[in-house]
Formats: sequence, structure tokens, C-alpha cells
Amino acid sequence: MNITELTVQELQEKLKNKELTSTQITKAYVDKINKNEKYVQAFITPLTEEAIKKAEEIDKKIENGEITNSLAGIPIGIKDNICTNGVKTTCASKMLENFISPYDATVMQKINKENMINLGKLNMDEFAMGASTEYSYFHITKNPWNLNTVPGGSSGGSAAAVAANLVPWALGSDTGGSIRQPASFCGVVGLKPTYGLVSRYGLVAFASSLDQIGPITKDVTDSAILLNVISGHDEKDTTSANIEKKDYTKALKNNVKGLKIGVPKEYFGEGINKEVKEKLEQAIQKYKELGAIIEEFSLNTVEYVLATYYIIACAEASSNLGRFDGIRYGYRTQNFTNLKELFKNSRSEGFGSEVKRRIILGTYVLSSGYYDAYYKKAQQVRTLIKQEFEKVFKKYDILLTPTSPTVAFEIGTKSNNPLEMYLSDICTVSVNIAGLPAISIPCGVDSKNMPIGMQLIGNRFAEETILNAAYTYEQVANFRNKYKPVVGGKE
Amino acid sequence: MSIEDYEVVIGLEVHAELSTKTKIFCSCSTQFGAEPNTHICPICMAMPGTLPVLNEKVVEYAVKAGLATNCEISRNSKNDRKNYFYPDLPKSYQISQFDKPLCEHGYVEIEENSKNKTIGITRIHIEEDAGKLNHNEFSTGSLVDLNRAGVPLIEIVSEPDMRSSKEAENYLRKIKSILEYIEVSDCKMQEGSFRADVNVSVKKKDTKEFGTRTEMKNMNSFKSIVRAIEYEAKRQIEVIENGGKIYQETLRWDDVSGKTFSMRDKEDAQDYRYFPEPDLVAIRLSDEYIENIKNNLPELPESRKKRYLEEYKLSEKDAKMLTSSKYMSDMFEQSLKICQNAKAVANWLLSDISRILNEKELEADQIPFTAQQLAKMIKLIDNGTISTAIGKKVLEELFENPKDPEEIIKEKGWIQISDEGAIKEVVMRILENNPQSIIDFKAGKDRALGFLVGQAMKETKGKANPQMLNKMFLEELNK
Repeated sequence: MNITELTVQELQEKLKNKELTSTQITKAYVDKINKNEKYVQAFITPLTEEAIKKAEEIDKKIENGEITNSLAGIPIGIKDNICTNGVKTTCASKMLENFISPYDATVMQKINKENMINLGKLNMDEFAMGASTEYSYFHITKNPWNLNTVPGGSSGGSAAAVAANLVPWALGSDTGGSIRQPASFCGVVGLKPTYGLVSRYGLVAFASSLDQIGPITKDVTDSAILLNVISGHDEKDTTSANIEKKDYTKALKNNVKGLKIGVPKEYFGEGINKEVKEKLEQAIQKYKELGAIIEEFSLNTVEYVLATYYIIACAEASSNLGRFDGIRYGYRTQNFTNLKELFKNSRSEGFGSEVKRRIILGTYVLSSGYYDAYYKKAQQVRTLIKQEFEKVFKKYDILLTPTSPTVAFEIGTKSNNPLEMYLSDICTVSVNIAGLPAISIPCGVDSKNMPIGMQLIGNRFAEETILNAAYTYEQVANFRNKYKPVVGGKE
Repeated sequence: MSIEDYEVVIGLEVHAELSTKTKIFCSCSTQFGAEPNTHICPICMAMPGTLPVLNEKVVEYAVKAGLATNCEISRNSKNDRKNYFYPDLPKSYQISQFDKPLCEHGYVEIEENSKNKTIGITRIHIEEDAGKLNHNEFSTGSLVDLNRAGVPLIEIVSEPDMRSSKEAENYLRKIKSILEYIEVSDCKMQEGSFRADVNVSVKKKDTKEFGTRTEMKNMNSFKSIVRAIEYEAKRQIEVIENGGKIYQETLRWDDVSGKTFSMRDKEDAQDYRYFPEPDLVAIRLSDEYIENIKNNLPELPESRKKRYLEEYKLSEKDAKMLTSSKYMSDMFEQSLKICQNAKAVANWLLSDISRILNEKELEADQIPFTAQQLAKMIKLIDNGTISTAIGKKVLEELFENPKDPEEIIKEKGWIQISDEGAIKEVVMRILENNPQSIIDFKAGKDRALGFLVGQAMKETKGKANPQMLNKMFLEELNK
């Protein structure tokens, strides 16, 4: 049995039947990390020794009957912008290189309550700004399917670690596609929940009105299981929705008969890679065979989404990142003679170029004289985008699009061209603007064996619908058994 | 042109700390005076990843303030971020309200020269206070204390309706009194929980157009505010008269030199980049919620005054003066629970106590003794244990070293001599030593009696019961 090939659902089963212990599972992953992390470089702070110790404690407690949670002893990887008490939370930035949070994010409290084991903090683009994980201050994470390509971003460490079997599953965060696009590049499942379904308390803010934490997993069932853990109202986050808690695994019915799927034409036009388009069309065909009703339609606001997204996201970021001023925590320059220099030099030296670019952009669009033309206008367009989705979801149950117009690109090809990098987000950002849930699942590979992702978008709080649709497709596509990455796969 | 041809135009922005138990966005204590950085948590320190949660009490208190100042209460309001860098502002933005304040379009009435004047209130909004920078005595740096960071504030913005420093002072006193009455702020100026930004401009009396204004921030004494306005108005007039120009800028008032100084470069105008706070949801208030607060507003000064006229038969002037300060008025009412002599309590508060407060430059909230102590003292006078003259000495003692008045008079030996034998002894001795006075009295000079009583008081250090002295002297002289 290859433990690290198992899904969490399978691990859970084997823990329950005493076929495996948490220590065995954790050690299997630690072995994998010891072997393959040097190729993938998914982690910023691996916690391998701590994890084994914790696993041994948990095994004892399971034996004594002190712990009965069904996820007790399951390891997990955490994106490094989610605060973990006592463990470094760097946001992949020099600014927070040695920062240790004094508290746990709400999702971490939930994970700890389940007695799951933190295997380590995962790499990302600095402050979650990027689509390739090349903007990490520490190192570039490699795509396990081809080590010369990027894993996507910003949750590239999370997606690569899951794909390379360095962790059984991971938490990522998604502001404009940061869970779905790397999941797509790495051939794994990534779910961005409805805005407000998962508490943001303890997620280092990039863009407050867009950020959501979500699962990156080997399959759809695991996403549903992890969503069960992390979702729910949190009184520490007033933007979190106060709705009834659901069991998302119950939604996986393996049946899409009569499901109305809308396919927005605009996502299949210019700029989309031919092979990506082909695989998506095959997936659409599959859904037809499964009894879903497919209809093409036109989404009018598509051409405005990127501009809207970058104005709103950067505006919020410019304010959210103000607290990194060198006063209370984080990087402080050695080089200052007055207060202004302390602020200026700490920030100039502590932030990387992409973060600075977005702070400057965001500061600009909020400045007096420009606010109306940019920020206010973007908010108005945001309302239009939301309204269009509301209208569309009166007609369709879910929408189907590619997750990214291309497969993973080669390292270094876009990192010096921000505009081209921003275009990778074209398929994903509107979901965040409208606060909708969306899942990316693999739907095949291209001629170079690079995974292609399909995005299913649901109405607000309709996670069950997209999970079921993804699950039903997954059963027939059988991607995990057909295709394997170079690292962590066939061994 | 001369100074008489000009009119000063004043607008005030009052910042009052709300007396909620906890801060506006976290559950830290708001208590004043704690050790630095002991009332802090990840949220008010702005640790990465933390989020604000709006304290509902803050909204309630602000709505109370709005209702008490005749404002319209917004059913749909929101928070905004005001962005700027400063070490006492941990998030590098202050959560405030920009274009949708909780309360708008109110007014208060002030009285000057027995005439009422209406001062418009533009808006009242909620926001968080910043921390404090303490100068480090051991090095050249400053130390940041975040205890105050996140203490809730309301900002009350007036219309530029005031035309003299006196009107500005009256307006401030009125606002302070209202906030005290509705119990939303303790308004302790000396602790900075009630402070004002003062906007001053001048214009020629015959023009309607306002001049360019200057602003003086964070003023926290009535006296400084009055002086600063007068100085600044005069300065502006002089500049204009000499052909100069007033620049819109922030000035610093220096109490020692009695002058204003330019603080910021005018080129360096701040752009706060206000935008809606995405971490908080909109504030939606129902009519029912507002109605409920309205119905439960505490008694305001006007109705207290009316009650004093009817229940205690105080004069219009006394009732008004007592109710102008909630502390004074509360002290009055609490004293009456122990000593029923309303007239006497009112008299003490409005004459001797007010005089001493004035001399010491204290506000009523700084009276160091309790209502119980005051009432006990008045009772001691009423039951003849001490004279009014001794009462005044007790009062001075209460200001210096407040404790039970009975203890004070025992310690000081100020108990009135009402013992007939003892008083008789004194009377006889004084008569013996002043034969001329006896002759004078018999010759019809009544003031000789006053002289004798005075001598007796002198000898007993004011402790002898004056009524008894009077009576006994008369008895002896008429023998």
C-alpha cells in the first residue's frame, strides 16, 4: 500500500479500521517530503519532526479513547498566509520572514479541534499576489508535472504539495483564482467557497472583499470533507455568513441528470489554448452523456472583469498592507534617521516588486481626483457583474469554463511581464468579484502531459451543486488513475 | 479698517470618547490610566489577519448623542477607512465614517446675553481613537502605548455658526453637558476624553463670504480654546490688514507663549484615501431600534431644571446653573438623599464650591469629595454642631483632604460650643474685660453688642454658638 497515494477519505477509513495509525501516515508523508521536497520546494516552514511527535500523541489518545474525531491524526499543509500560533507565518515575504503569529486563524482552530496535524507552511506568491509562486521571497516552487514549469499561484505551494503527495491535502486562499489556477496547473482539485462561507479571521488580508480560504485536495470528496471542517459562521468575522452548517459529502450523488449547465462563449474564444479548449469540449460532451443540459450563452461583462478586479484588489491591498510599517512587528530597516525614513525604507526594503506594484496601483486609484474614475467606477461595474450572474443563475444551475486559458507555463516566462501574468486570472476573477463558489477539477492533460483544469461556478452558497457536478464527472473521467505527475507520481 | 469691522467665524469638531466598557472593534477594556500596553490584543495591535467586529454599544451611544442633539439618524450607514501612516495608528488606517455618518442635520441651543442662539450640527460619526506616543526619557526615541488604540469616539462636527470665543465656549459646555446627561461619555477633558479641533476664520462684517480658515487640533481646555480663538482671530485680521493672505493649514496652539504656530507644510496636504471598510458590513438601523433608544433617553437638563423649580422651589437662575453640569446636578440630588435642605445644598454648590472650583481652575467633575460628605457637612450646620463659618473651613478641608466631615471637625477641634455653662463663662469674661462696651450699650449704642459677640467668637475661635452668645449677652446687659 502506498499511503501517500490514498485520499483522505481512504486514510480516514483505514484509521478507523486500525489498518493504519496516524504515526504511520505522518511518517509516510515525512519520508515523501524528505525525498521530493528538494525538487518541488513546496514548503516555507516544514514541520516534519513536530508532526511525527504530534501523531504519536494523537495515536495514544485515540487508543485511550480520548479522541474520537474522524479526522484525528490526518496531516494537512497550510498556505503560509494563514496564521498559526507559535509557528512562523511569513506570507512568503521578507517583511514577515521571522514573524510568529500570537494567535491561530479560525480555520486553524477548527483544524486543531479535529486533531489534524500541521505538516508545514506552504509556499506562495508574496502576500498572495501572483499567479506562479515565482514572487515568493524564499524560493520558486516547481510544478511536479514538469519541474521547469510553475505550479501556478498564489497557492502554488499548496497545489504542488498535494500533487506531489507531500501532504494529503492543503488549505489555500483565493482572491482572484489563487486556489483554482494552481489546482488546475497541478492536476488537483481546488475549491473557492462562496465569500463568507469560511471565516477570514487569521488569513493575512490581501483584498478583504475578495479573499476566501478553501481546500486543495486530491479529489472532490476530500474537498467536501475539508469544507465541512472549515466552513461556518465566525463571530470574529462579521462578513462571514450566518447560515446553517451543511454536510457537503452528502451532496455527492453521482448524478447530473437534468442539471442545467451554462457555457459562457467568451471563455472559449480568443486567447484560449487549443488543447485546453479541446479537453473542455470533451468534458462538456461527457456531461451531455451523463444527462446534463448544456447551453451556450454570452456573458457581457467579461471584458471588464480584469480591470475591475485589479482596481478593487489593489485598492484594498494598498490599505491592508499599510500595517507593515516596521513599528510593531516584521521587518524594520536599519537605515533611517527620522520617522518618514523608517516607514519608507522598511517598506521599500521589506516588500518585493509585485507587492509594491500593487500597493502603488491601489494607492493611485484611491487618491483624491482619481477615486471616482477608478475605484468608484470599479465598484459600479462590480455591481453590474454581480447582477449579471444573478440573472444567469436564474437560468442555469452551474457555469462551466476553463480554469486557466493555458496549462502551466515555464518558469521565468511571465514574471517580468505583469500584464501577461494578470491575464492568467481571466477565467477566475469574476467569481471573486461576484462572491460565488467555484471548483477547479482536472479534465485531462495536453500533449506534453500537463494537466488541464475545468472550472465549475455555482450560485452563492450552492457549493453542493458544484461539488456534486464535479464529483459526478470525476467518477467517469478517472483522472487520478490515468495520469501521474513526474514527481510524487509513478514510483 | 479696524478690528471692529471684522467678525470671527468658528466651527468646532468635538471628539468625545464613549464610555463603553470595551473598545470599538475588540473586547479590550477602555479604562483610562492603565500600565502601557496592558489593554491590548491582536486586533487592536493590528496583528496580520485580524478583523474588526463593531461594538453595538458604540452605535447605540452615538445614536443617543444624535437624538439628544436633534439629529436625523441614518437608517443605512457604513464605516470607512481613513489611511495615513503614524506609529500610534497600528493598522495605518483609522476606521471612521466618511460619506454616511450615523447622525446628521442636528442643532443645539446656546444662550448668550439672555438670548438663545441655534448652533447647527453638521454630523456625528463614530470612529476609533489612536494610541499614544510617550517620549522616552532614556533615549531619543518614542514609545508607543496602544491602550487607547480602538477606544470608541464620536466626532461631533458643528456648522461654522459661532461668532465669538464666548459662543464657542458656551457651545462646547452645552455639548459636554448633553453627553454627560445621556451618559455616553464622561467628558474628562484632563484625560483627553473630550477634546476639540477648532476652525477659525475671519470676515468683514458687511460680507457674507467666509475667509480662509485655519485649524487647531486636539484642544482640551476651555480656557485654551477661548485664548486660542481670540489670538488666532486677531492674528488673521492683522495679516489681512497688512495686505497678507491666510493659508488653510493646521496650527499648533502653545499655551505657554499664547501663540499659534504652523504645524504642517501646506504642500504636504494629507490625502486620506477614504474608502468603504470591506471588513465590516453596513450598519442598518430599524425605526423600532431608534424609537426604543429615543424612549429610553435619560432626563436632559431642561426637564431637570423644570423639576427643580417645582419640587425644590429653587430660583430660575439657581436651577439653571445647577443643571448646566450633570456632575453638579447629580451631586445636588445625591446630597438631598441625606440632607433635605435643598436650598442650602444649592447655595453651597453654587456659591462656595463654584468659587473654589474657579480659583483652582477645576471642572465640576473634578470635585474631590462625595455628595455624602457635602450633605453631612450641611447637616452638621443645620443641627448646630458647627457654625456656617466653620462649615466654610470644613469645605476647604474637603477640597484638600476629603473625608468624613465629622472626623474633620473632631480632629480640628471645630465642634461648636453650645454648652450653656461654657458660653456663660465666656460671656462673663468678655463683659469683665470690656466695661466701655457695657456703658456704650446702655447709652443706646446697639453695635456694642456686635462687638462683644465678635470678641467672644474670636476667643472661642469661631466655635461658640452665635445665637446663644447673642441671647446671653443681651440677658446680661439688660440685667
